[in-house]
Amino acid sequence: MNFHAIRSIYIFEMARTWRTLLQSVVSPVISTALYFVVFGAAIGSHMAAIDGISYGAFIVPGLTMLSLLTQSIANASFAIYFPRFVGTIYEVLSAPVSVWEIVMGYVGAAATKSVILGLIILATAAFFVPLRIDHPVWMLTFLVLTAVTFSLFGFLIGIWADNFEKLQVIPLLVVTPLTFLGGSFYSIDMLPPFWRTVTLFNPVVYLVSGFRWSFYGVSDVGIEISLAMTLVFLACCLTLVYWIFRTGYRLKS
Amino acid sequence: MRAMQPIISIAGISKTYKSGKTALKAIDLDIRKSEIFALLGPNGAGKTTLISIICGLVNPSSGTVRADGHDIVRDYRAARAKIGLVPQELTTDAFETVWSTTSFSRGLFGRPPDAAHIEKLLRALSLWDKKDSQIVTLSGGMKRRVMIAKALSHEPQILFLDEPTAGVDVELRRDMWGLVRDLRAQGVTIILTTHYIEEAEEMADRIGVINNGELIVVEEKRELMRKLGKKQLTLHLQNPLREVPALLAGHGLALSADGQELVYTYDGNRSDTGIPALLADVNRSGLAFNDLRTAQSSLEDIFVDLVRNGR
Ligand SMILES: Nc1ncnc2c1ncn2[C@@H]1O[C@H](COP(=O)(O)OP(=O)(O)OP(=O)(O)O)[C@@H](O)[C@H]1O
Ligand SMILES: [Mg+2]
Repeated sequence: MNFHAIRSIYIFEMARTWRTLLQSVVSPVISTALYFVVFGAAIGSHMAAIDGISYGAFIVPGLTMLSLLTQSIANASFAIYFPRFVGTIYEVLSAPVSVWEIVMGYVGAAATKSVILGLIILATAAFFVPLRIDHPVWMLTFLVLTAVTFSLFGFLIGIWADNFEKLQVIPLLVVTPLTFLGGSFYSIDMLPPFWRTVTLFNPVVYLVSGFRWSFYGVSDVGIEISLAMTLVFLACCLTLVYWIFRTGYRLKS
Repeated sequence: MRAMQPIISIAGISKTYKSGKTALKAIDLDIRKSEIFALLGPNGAGKTTLISIICGLVNPSSGTVRADGHDIVRDYRAARAKIGLVPQELTTDAFETVWSTTSFSRGLFGRPPDAAHIEKLLRALSLWDKKDSQIVTLSGGMKRRVMIAKALSHEPQILFLDEPTAGVDVELRRDMWGLVRDLRAQGVTIILTTHYIEEAEEMADRIGVINNGELIVVEEKRELMRKLGKKQLTLHLQNPLREVPALLAGHGLALSADGQELVYTYDGNRSDTGIPALLADVNRSGLAFNDLRTAQSSLEDIFVDLVRNGR
């Protein structure tokens, strides 16, 4: 195991975060704060409580997930796309490192950023709405697991993309709609039966549901199912990463 | 030396890109330990492709490469840890500092941090006063040196320099030649490509000429220049001639276009160069000449001949 390499990539990537602090941390925090002001404080005061939780508090886990997902994907996809784009990837490809070491370095750094960001967002939320965390260990577990899974997913996008449009298209056309329709802002029990069934095909539902359970002990689907779905998605991403490096897909000619 | 195991052993390497372009055709080549090997060839000959395969950036279509006894695919960790690469293109992280990018490279290649080594390296490359500068603020020649520092950061045994002196001024080029010689003295094996033939002539122990994906010559530099090099004797005449006089016809002389010079080409390695007989005949023919000079063909002439015949 080439620990020095993992460490080098990790430090390199984290240094990039501090250099671009405004873009990496501050702007997602501001946009989430705006959501809380609008949906939590302004509109939320006119909404009925869901499952006995005030609307403002109800949307906190979903909003955190929304940022976590988009930021994990954005960070990780850019981290690997950019060296490919400017050509500095040659060094990583010629180094004595395995696939998994490269992934641990890049995905580890992207996930770290996302987790930090998630915690900052939760802290921000606590300013606007009454926040309660029933199962902090589970909350952290879901936070880390989601950050890792979607950083890995972002890493895959960063390898697949061969231009800037492709880098944006999946987050924009797939991830954001799925997150909005994944029960971030409502309980899926509020939907008519048909749409409720359709929604169950949306993987984000399981993430948001499990995450919300760790806060308030209520969920749309079973916590075990949430966990299992997250792990299945993680396994799919890992399999794809393995295949990519074995074939050199989009990395070597 | 000759009996030693080669540090790099290339066997039957070929490469056809997805575009259908065949860049290399079954290359076999052994590189000896601690030599400077110059790979020469016109644009698109396949030099970069060959280097990229050895360094793991391009998958070969067939063949194997061993670096210091390690197969570059099966035993890639051991093989790559020994290799440093300075690619042809200047690709660097714009916003990193010289110090951090060099330290990054060392770690990436599995070596523990060593500030003393990095400092020595940056000083040797005259980059020490720039160590905290962002790379984007450096000149092209400095960036090239940063890439060399990165490639040397993990103390490799084998160094690939893909056109290290392209776009580098004369003084810096001399510095680099000095650096390469120092490295060789420390036991590092160097494989370089260049378009400056005088660079190969000056530096290389051995020379390989590649053209259209085929290695057409691999030879000791001295041997190559001796075997393929020709000597020429030129007589500058007092009065121009229309044609070579009949008396001199047996010597295979060439007359220059303006009729002012007679050129005699001979093999400098033979004891009988034919010069005394020629001069005697010139004398007898009564031709008057006011100057006489000899010249030896340079590596450049040899190279041009080889590549032209190879086409
Ligand atoms: N990624 C690629 N896809 C398709 N063809 C390629 C690729 N890279 C190189 N080639 C082709 O392979 C051939 C050899 O290219 P290579 O870069 O190895 O030449 P070179 O000897 O390094 O040339 P130069 O002196 O210009 O650097 C060229 O015809 C080139 O167009
Ligand atoms: Mg080249």
